Amino acid sequence: MTETATAIPALTVDGIVDGLGQVGYICSRQIATAIFVAENLSKPILVEGSAGVGKTELALSTAAWLGLPLIRMQCYEGLDESKALYEWKYGKQLLYTQILKDKMGDVLGETKGLDDAMQELHGFGDLFFSEQFLEPRPLLKALRQDGGAVLLIDEIDKSDEEFEAFLLEILSAFQISIPEIGTVTATVPPLVFLTSNNMREMGDALKRRCLHLYIPLPDAKLEEQIVAARVPDIEEKLRRKLVAFVQMLREQDLKKLPSISETLDWARVLLLLHADDLAPDLVRDTLNVLLKFEQDVDAVRPQLAELTRKSRQAGDRGYATHA
Amino acid sequence: MQRTLENFFRALRAAEIRVSPAESIDAHRTVELVGYGDRQFLKDSLCVALAKTPEEVASFDDCFEMFFQRQEFEAPDDGAGGDGDLPEGDDDAAADLSDLPLAEMVMSGDGAGLAAEMEQAANRVGAAEIRFFTQRGYFARRILDEMGLRDLERLIAELRRGDDESDAALGQRLEQGRRYLLEESRQYVERQYELYARANGENLRDEFLMETRLSNLEQRDFDRMHRIVRRMAKRLATRYSRRRKHSKRGQLDIRRTLRRNMPHDGIPFDVVWKYTKIERPRIVVICDVSRSVAAAARFLLLFLYSLNEVVERLQAYAFSDRLIDVGDILEHKDVDEAIPEIMVKIGFRPTDYGQALDDYEEGFMDELDRHTTVIILGDGRSNFTDPRIDIMRRLHDRSRSVIWLNPEPESFWGTGDSEMPRYRPFCHVAKTCSTVVHLERVIDDILKSYARA
Repeated sequence: MTETATAIPALTVDGIVDGLGQVGYICSRQIATAIFVAENLSKPILVEGSAGVGKTELALSTAAWLGLPLIRMQCYEGLDESKALYEWKYGKQLLYTQILKDKMGDVLGETKGLDDAMQELHGFGDLFFSEQFLEPRPLLKALRQDGGAVLLIDEIDKSDEEFEAFLLEILSAFQISIPEIGTVTATVPPLVFLTSNNMREMGDALKRRCLHLYIPLPDAKLEEQIVAARVPDIEEKLRRKLVAFVQMLREQDLKKLPSISETLDWARVLLLLHADDLAPDLVRDTLNVLLKFEQDVDAVRPQLAELTRKSRQAGDRGYATHA
Repeated sequence: MQRTLENFFRALRAAEIRVSPAESIDAHRTVELVGYGDRQFLKDSLCVALAKTPEEVASFDDCFEMFFQRQEFEAPDDGAGGDGDLPEGDDDAAADLSDLPLAEMVMSGDGAGLAAEMEQAANRVGAAEIRFFTQRGYFARRILDEMGLRDLERLIAELRRGDDESDAALGQRLEQGRRYLLEESRQYVERQYELYARANGENLRDEFLMETRLSNLEQRDFDRMHRIVRRMAKRLATRYSRRRKHSKRGQLDIRRTLRRNMPHDGIPFDVVWKYTKIERPRIVVICDVSRSVAAAARFLLLFLYSLNEVVERLQAYAFSDRLIDVGDILEHKDVDEAIPEIMVKIGFRPTDYGQALDDYEEGFMDELDRHTTVIILGDGRSNFTDPRIDIMRRLHDRSRSVIWLNPEPESFWGTGDSEMPRYRPFCHVAKTCSTVVHLERVIDDILKSYARA
């Protein structure tokens, strides 16, 4: 496990920051470090953080940057092996046996007695349990990519505990046992991202096999860079103001704090409305883009004038600076 | 460096970050990869490899800062001045001290040497084994003894006794050095304590609180208690609030398979497997907050509050002589507001179980069905009023199970105005529940019974 043969050229943390930056994902050094370590140690990364901070996006961007195929598996309650790993094409098997019924007669017609017929059949090998009847699902697909791949196991916390246990073999050894065929081992271990919204605690065994990356809400500076990369048309002053506003919102006691995706949506909305300044009325009308709960909107509304004033000041001053 | 890393793991473990052998191998490989050159880089990479939850990331940060700050002590200390300062080097005086390495190092101002020496001495006396706050003085002294402080002290005393002025001056300087050493070793042990033992003390406190009877808990433990109870409630909730469908692998549901494959002439293209449904728990909690349980009531409410945070379908009621629905208060207020508000509304009054049950039947009995578990938290002391056993019977008949948790020990049941023996036949479970540990065990059992069904 010491040497890893992936498609990634000599990696440095700066290289990762730059590379992800090129595909529009602005990341902190912590995130880049995580990818660096994961790549060198061939370990999966468990990415946690509140909804909308860019967990899934990280995997997508990494795949885009490295030019690797992205294989995505969305987890849900009741997800099992046959949906995640492989499945026999049962219908096809059934159909073939029906069609081949007559052919069987021809093949076995020559034989004398049952024993002979059995011998003859053995000669054909595992006809119906071979590659042709195997339906590969995301995990198997990822292992079979010769040039390596990025495997995204999304919202692992939504899956059942049994499924988590089942993942262990894949995550630690990058191999899967299929009883009828044998063990499939990855030629190039895929770069694996697991994301979790912390719906439930993940098991210790799984955590131990993964590196852990927690993506917090970004600070003002990083967030401005992100907005600049994702919504490049927005004017710099407005950008600074809207980020300052969102940052202040996050200090409020809200049910769901706005995260990066909300900030980006809001920036796009403001752009669409041709806004050139944060007017209180405008903010009031578009607040539902940022806040997803009625109570939150109600809680913020009285302070709206104050918040907009402050963020406009912050925008004029320079980078938003507040503790 | 191997040693350093191992010690760092120990410190992490003390800070409640689990470092298994597998993880320590990962960490070693990470360090190999990253090196010790770039501190921030090292910290980030180790953090990724070792800390597995957001809380652990926070403790990791603290622990890393504290642990690797220790290395800076190796630089000679030319700090703030005063008694703690190492005296200036003086070569000719140092000559006759050659048989006493400690004195020599003190005189030559060799801070790095002293620090290394202290590190080794600390290893020999096992300073990292420190457990309790009160052991700090002991370890500081042991470390210095191990470094040969006694010889140094003897030398200082000798020098001072003599008449020679230069000897006295030397003694004076050595004395300064001695104080510096005392100060340093005290700080060193302090850091060891912070690193290896403090979390331990915190845990002891937590464990103690979990075993303390609810009625004996003090107001100042309230915050800590809230944390413990919430953690427990969350643990229970994650274990039981999921999985409503559970497939029985390998059991064919023949009826549904046949029906679904009618279009294929009965050839089973689509097979359907059997599964069992698991219900989500539905719980009604009725909590006594009257005068007789006043001491425990706050904590029972605290428990109710935490449970409400994590269990989706919870109905909560509180009563003394009358019963009210407190679901809204628990839902929308902070814990610091909610509990006093309930206590003001309904608490501290004389108990009347009969009236409370009557109120419940009047207002809320409809919500009970065979999926609901009713939990009653209370001492069953009803001030000799009519206990309304008839309502209790109906409660029992309508619900899936009735569980009575009583803060009093069982030997008290039935004494004085306690109606427990009369209520008891209508409870599926009636238990003493006077500590948080009890509480957790009982709730765990309840929730488990749902998973099995």
